[in-house]
Amino acid sequence: MDPLWVTLIKAFVLCLVLLGAFAYMTLIERRILGRMQHRHGPNRTGPFGLLQPIADAIKSVFKEDIIVTNADKVVYVMAPMISIIFALSAFGAIPGGPAGSLFGFNPWVVDLDIGVLYVLAVTSVGVYGIFLGGWASNSKYALLGSLRSSAQIISYELGLGLSVLSVIMIAGTLNLREIVEVGVWTVSPWLWPPLAVAFVAFVISAIAEVNRTPFDLPEAEQEIVAGYLTEYSGIKWALYQMSEYVNMMTAAAFISTLFLGGYRGPYVLERLIPGSSEWPIIWLVLKMAIFMFLFIWLRATLPRFRYDQLMRFGWLYLFEVALAATLLTGAVIAFVL
Amino acid sequence: MYESLLMMFLAAGFIGAAAVVVGALLGPKRAGPDKLAAYESGLPATGTARERFPVHFYLVAMLFILFDVEAAFFFPLAVKFGMAPQFLFAQAIIFVAILAVGYIYVIRKGVLDWK
Repeated sequence: MDPLWVTLIKAFVLCLVLLGAFAYMTLIERRILGRMQHRHGPNRTGPFGLLQPIADAIKSVFKEDIIVTNADKVVYVMAPMISIIFALSAFGAIPGGPAGSLFGFNPWVVDLDIGVLYVLAVTSVGVYGIFLGGWASNSKYALLGSLRSSAQIISYELGLGLSVLSVIMIAGTLNLREIVEVGVWTVSPWLWPPLAVAFVAFVISAIAEVNRTPFDLPEAEQEIVAGYLTEYSGIKWALYQMSEYVNMMTAAAFISTLFLGGYRGPYVLERLIPGSSEWPIIWLVLKMAIFMFLFIWLRATLPRFRYDQLMRFGWLYLFEVALAATLLTGAVIAFVL
Repeated sequence: MYESLLMMFLAAGFIGAAAVVVGALLGPKRAGPDKLAAYESGLPATGTARERFPVHFYLVAMLFILFDVEAAFFFPLAVKFGMAPQFLFAQAIIFVAILAVGYIYVIRKGVLDWK
């Protein structure tokens, strides 16, 4: 294990990298959305709009920081901080490579035996940031947004928790690094069908957890202005945006780690270049990029759910499908293998 | 192991707190009563948002607790599933069957029908 001060430095670096990635994800998202809608997207600030995120950051820091008169002031200020703290901390448990592969240090901040539970738990604490923010604003739109968001997140939490069980059954551990080392798809072809179902259910629940289209009801700007964000301005508003994107990245990394071999490289490449699947960070980032693109693509493609459809979909379909995948995995392990 | 976790929260907490403080110090302060009123589509704000809201949200939260505890019970079973797969599978089936009764009751009762 690394000394504590190294861990602290790694934690800081991770936070800064995530925030930098957030800044450029906003640009990438706007550019891709622009392309998909036959327009340019931001391209005036620097080459390809590369300076746009910096301009946005400076602007949001120097904006007036409004605290609404009726607001519960302490909670109002705390809520965006809760959101960003838990969004950033959740990523710390995701392994970025084999032990000691990052210049002799471990490419993760913390290696937990309950990594899966930790990521699930900490990402869902993030809902407190959204809920408290909406409640403390003491504004009707904000309250509606935060209520919707809590109801949605707790509904999809079930699908998320249950669809991860197949992977845990096969790997027999909650440690994310060990799950990657087991390689759930390599155990037996009989397990592919339940794993595939669990994977799809997990991706859908993860998108709902991070409030992305088609599940972005908490912000639904055409219905409730901006939901929980309505009364926020300046840096506090930016903190909520940061946590949304950091949560997306955590979700993408979590999906990759559980279902797609996380930091391991493809087997074909390992044959050609021995040792290539031991390279740290790069494979995880590539896999995350695929999911980030998927999230953006979905935003350009799908319309938003209606609220009752959203709840029915979560409770009647996703929940049952995830449970069925779990039981099917159990049946295969018990009676076929 | 858990000290590292503390380091992670320290770093994240520092960044969150620093952002809020910097934002509060650097921004202009030119607020008036209209600017600080709650936003209600441009009309003068009336009343507060401390209103009652539909009991449905409460029901969903209660259901979530029930079924999330179910999922939580599954985790230890899943981790040790390889030790006695057939026995544990039978147990899981019985567990799910009992919960399915409650699940069907809840759906028939119309808890998830939003009107």
